[in-house]
Amino acid sequence: MSTIVSVQNLRKAYAGGFEALKSVNLDIEEGEILALLGPNGAGKTTLISTICGITLPTSGSITVGGHDTITDFRAARALIGLVPQEINLEPFETVMNTVSFSRGLFGKSRDDAFVEKLLGQLSLADKKNNKVMTLSGGMKRRVLIAKALAHEPRVLFLDEPTAGVDVELRKDMWDVVADLKASGVTIILTTHYIEEAEAIADRVGVINKGEILLVQDKADLMAQMGKKQLRIELATPAAEIPAALGNYDLVRAEDGLSITYSYDSTGERTGITTLLNDLQKAGLQMTDIQTQQSSLEDIFVGLVKETA
Amino acid sequence: MNLNAVLTIYVFEMKRFFRTLTQSFISPVLSTSLYFVVFGAAIGSRIETVEDVSYGAFIVPGLIMLSVMTQATANASFGIYFPKFIGTIYELLSAPVSFLEIVAGYVGAAATKALFIGVIILVTAFFFVDIQIAHPLAMIAFLVLTCVSFALLGFIIGIWAGNFEQLQLIPLLVITPLVFLGGSFYSITMLPPIWQKVTLFNPVVYLISGFRWSFFGTADVSIGVSLLAIALFTGACLAFIWWIFRTGWRIRQ
Repeated sequence: MSTIVSVQNLRKAYAGGFEALKSVNLDIEEGEILALLGPNGAGKTTLISTICGITLPTSGSITVGGHDTITDFRAARALIGLVPQEINLEPFETVMNTVSFSRGLFGKSRDDAFVEKLLGQLSLADKKNNKVMTLSGGMKRRVLIAKALAHEPRVLFLDEPTAGVDVELRKDMWDVVADLKASGVTIILTTHYIEEAEAIADRVGVINKGEILLVQDKADLMAQMGKKQLRIELATPAAEIPAALGNYDLVRAEDGLSITYSYDSTGERTGITTLLNDLQKAGLQMTDIQTQQSSLEDIFVGLVKETA
Repeated sequence: MNLNAVLTIYVFEMKRFFRTLTQSFISPVLSTSLYFVVFGAAIGSRIETVEDVSYGAFIVPGLIMLSVMTQATANASFGIYFPKFIGTIYELLSAPVSFLEIVAGYVGAAATKALFIGVIILVTAFFFVDIQIAHPLAMIAFLVLTCVSFALLGFIIGIWAGNFEQLQLIPLLVITPLVFLGGSFYSITMLPPIWQKVTLFNPVVYLISGFRWSFFGTADVSIGVSLLAIALFTGACLAFIWWIFRTGWRIRQ
């Protein structure tokens, strides 16, 4: 895969002195879904606003498809579609007109057939002549996506696409994103819903206080950083961890009815077999065993805490 | 040059105008008719002629200018303020369009709307007074230039305004008084000498004078000075808008 968006040493400081982005470096590969995770005020929206041209960078450079976003802004912006976080739509216009407006703004000739097809893909075909103000919140979000896709961009930025929407609509939106990826569009989405990144992203970037803390393949990230826990239920409460099991760093539950063992699932030896043997030798009778993998949320919270 | 974008903005704005066609046309026609009744018939009957032109006919260029200037300003300021207000400005800022293209779309539409209204008022005037146009081409040129320059001013106001009150502030407190005091309804030669000097600092005087010259062949100030004034005003507005887009003042963070 080739790099389609390249951000180099990007810095954004506001007039009051607040530094929203601190020397950000980020390469986005063509055809991937990159989820940018970060708490509120981390710099997610500033980053994509600066890439899209809404916010001016203080220093650094951005290229999209090899075109500099400042010196060759026309070519760079023509490749980008942006779905903003807020539902910003002209309320009195029809769906068809507002989507066609976006297409024209990006220099493309009016093409009703293409727009109708696009609306059909987003389940908006029967709403094309409706005024935007008559649509539900979920439909308005789809109109925003249609507007962003109206000029057939290669890169789509989705700023918190599912913020404040119900679970059903969120899953619906994930399906739309998956379809877009299948059609070859590179997608960058910002979110603070961990499960969103976990469900749909190929790579995950974590941003906090204007700095990219990491960008990594989601599966690798979880494999490398994900710790597993083995929870062992006991038949009778253990008053304390037997001295013979001192090397395992076990944690006893308050009621003494379970103990937890943490291990690295990617390590050569997990130590589970010997632990189970030693438990038997120590006379602890087991009734159940469960394993649990730490979620992306645990990883994210851990990273953000480290930089707090 | 992204001509499709210019055309898209222009058509989008004109559609808004035609959606409210009744208000757009009836309002200026009605207010102009009232001016003719009040100033032309009631008061005008006591003033026989001004510079050898019947008072009813004399006020026609001023009335047209009054409407054109206020309409061009109002339409352009609303045109760019509304996307700011509802948040759709993000699309303009992220699209592959230059500031000149954005200005051409919005200002072109606002100027066209004002021009329509100016023509409607002129046609209405023919029903009330006997009027001749001495220099039709110059009249059209002055009308178009005024529409464009005040639409540019309106665009600046729309960018500057932070709320709907501010959107009305400059037109109400600055433009309307300048137009009324700029010789819309009188010749500045009718003023006492000291006020004749003071009024020359009002840029609108030059526009109305030049426009009136195109109708009657007489003017308060020379036609060359009028043309220079309108060119300077247009240039100043364009330079300010260029600076706005360069710095992102009030539109780009």
